Amino acid sequence: MTQPGRAPEARPDKAPTAQLLDIRNLTVTYRTGGGPLPAVRGVDLSLAAGQKLGLAGESGCGKSTLAASVLRLLPPGTTTTGEILLGGEDVLTMGWSRLRAVRWAGASIVFQGAMHSLNPVRRIAHQIAEPILLHDKVSETLAHERVAVLLEQVGLAAARASAYPHELSGGQRQRVMIAMALACSPNLIVADEPTTALDVMVQAQILRLIGDLVAAQGISLLMISHDLAVLAQTCDRLAVMYAGRIVEDGPAHQVFTDGRHPYTRALAAAFPRIGDPSSRRAPHGLPGDPPDPTALPTGCAFRPRCPLAIETCAHVDPALSVAGPGRAAACVHVTSVPTGGER
Amino acid sequence: MTERVPVLSAHDLRVSFPARHGHGVAHAVDRVNLDVYPGEIVALVGESGCGKTTLARTLLGLEKPGGGQVLHHGQPVRYTSRGLKAYRRDVQLVLQDPSGSLNPRHTVYEAVAEGLRIHGHTALGDFPDEQAKVADALARAGLRPAERFFLRYPHELSGGQRQRVVIAGALVLDPAILVADEPVASLDASVRGEILKLLLGLRDERGLSALVVTHDLGLAWNIADRVAVMYLGRIVETGPVEKILTAPEHPYTRALLSVLPESGLSEAGGAGPTILTGEAPDPTRIPTGCRFHPRCPVVASGRAAALDIEAACRGRDLPVLDGGGEAQVACHAVGSDAGAPDLRTTPTPRPGAGAAPRRRRR
Repeated sequence: MTQPGRAPEARPDKAPTAQLLDIRNLTVTYRTGGGPLPAVRGVDLSLAAGQKLGLAGESGCGKSTLAASVLRLLPPGTTTTGEILLGGEDVLTMGWSRLRAVRWAGASIVFQGAMHSLNPVRRIAHQIAEPILLHDKVSETLAHERVAVLLEQVGLAAARASAYPHELSGGQRQRVMIAMALACSPNLIVADEPTTALDVMVQAQILRLIGDLVAAQGISLLMISHDLAVLAQTCDRLAVMYAGRIVEDGPAHQVFTDGRHPYTRALAAAFPRIGDPSSRRAPHGLPGDPPDPTALPTGCAFRPRCPLAIETCAHVDPALSVAGPGRAAACVHVTSVPTGGER
Repeated sequence: MTERVPVLSAHDLRVSFPARHGHGVAHAVDRVNLDVYPGEIVALVGESGCGKTTLARTLLGLEKPGGGQVLHHGQPVRYTSRGLKAYRRDVQLVLQDPSGSLNPRHTVYEAVAEGLRIHGHTALGDFPDEQAKVADALARAGLRPAERFFLRYPHELSGGQRQRVVIAGALVLDPAILVADEPVASLDASVRGEILKLLLGLRDERGLSALVVTHDLGLAWNIADRVAVMYLGRIVETGPVEKILTAPEHPYTRALLSVLPESGLSEAGGAGPTILTGEAPDPTRIPTGCRFHPRCPVVASGRAAALDIEAACRGRDLPVLDGGGEAQVACHAVGSDAGAPDLRTTPTPRPGAGAAPRRRRR
């Protein structure tokens, strides 16, 4: 991959970026009744054109916040600092009209739970046509021709165009969402848990569909999931997030099979590989619960749950540092963990 | 094995519902045999809509079977309110979403003690041992020290802790078996393993049986002893986890395993994933012959025709598998295929495994 080590000091100074998406030192803080809630705490992440990046983490780690911030979809009152460069333009500072143009046409988003993202009282053809009519200002006939093509691309019969969302199964609704995301030929698709509520077989259908479409049209993909195995299968690169920070980043297969950060290894072990004797009758979990973002521990946020925590971890909050070619991890053990890790 | 009586069994169980809009009948469970023995964890797997949740609800006495029987320690369940009350004390339910199954205005103590009160164990805390029982159940579910959790409300707990409260509520009556419907599907990845460890520990230390309903084959690999694969209301393959998940024979089981990310099967076979088209089919219109044939890769690839079984696949129904422990598969291709000669579909009752005659004796 084009990514060198992701330590801040390793970054070339403001070079004109060849990246399609370049997130620099992003922080997002929600305003809540109980005080400020830091959801994203300084994230650097970039994505080259045509690349597929997986972002893994558990609920509350800030991964969906990060996804929503790419299109500035955060609730009012949220404080955001840093830069999100999409094709060189900062999404966080652009004007409303430009932002409206970038949404759908520059980057689009596929949410989890398609039932809640579709309008229940409008036929799906109208919903897919809506962004086309708004952005491309084509005639209605032309827009509906495009809809027919899109439906075919996502594997839905043209006859389904007049269906309402409730008449479709979960997998079919997710296909509609993907058709909408593709409608204005974006450069980037952000897919937030696109298969979470689906069965294994339908999940496989949807993942293959996303993978094929993105590859065929040269679209970049930022896919978010809690399932490392799903991301490793679909993406080129994998970033793992914990308590609002990226704790590991590297080539997908290496991160999945040989994580440098203890959290990555725990996440990879949570979903066993069938046939692997070490996980038979031996589920792997992590003691404790995901951290409360308003009351993070001192030092490394992962320390209370970390099987390898040492005294240093209580007062050192490690930054991402180089952990092999194209790899980075934020752990005090990274220099001391020999290649090959523990798994 | 020979003398053991299942804690819970389904015997030729059938459950059907009137279909939506009043057209026809949905055969959600269409002749199922399934046994869960003492100290055994059985995973019931299948896609949504295959009838696995209906089967679990029927085994809990929440649906009345349209045919066949539910047997509890070898005795048919009586569908009277007294019969069901005694039955439900011994067969406890753990639901998928702990946030939805806990009353937000009940404390942890009340949530766990509710079962005791319903079953007349204590009348509103009159008996001094209620507190001890609640504390013991919470401790067994891994919430220690239990007293610290008594007065907490569900919103003050994490998802994993809530699921432990639900499990404590099931354990407080000392059941023989837990029926858990997707017990970890709504939990975080790192918490999931801890809850599964808990279920495994309860089995190992207390001999608690469990029927775990899930679509997650990794969960079966993690904790189950036996697995039953359900498709469109019928169990199509069943047997020990090691056998079924590493050397599956039914094309449906093979397909389910092949689409798992990083699955060993697709790598070893070199064939890549077998992604079935379409979704779980309609239980109001069960296909003739083998119910899987419209989606079956063996039929679609022409291998069934080459094996000269295509007519059977399309027209001849398969025998119903029995609920016992041995590996069985309901597929016309198995047995006629050189690859798998030793495992037949015919469920001939064997000594110790033939469930039906033994049940009648008891």
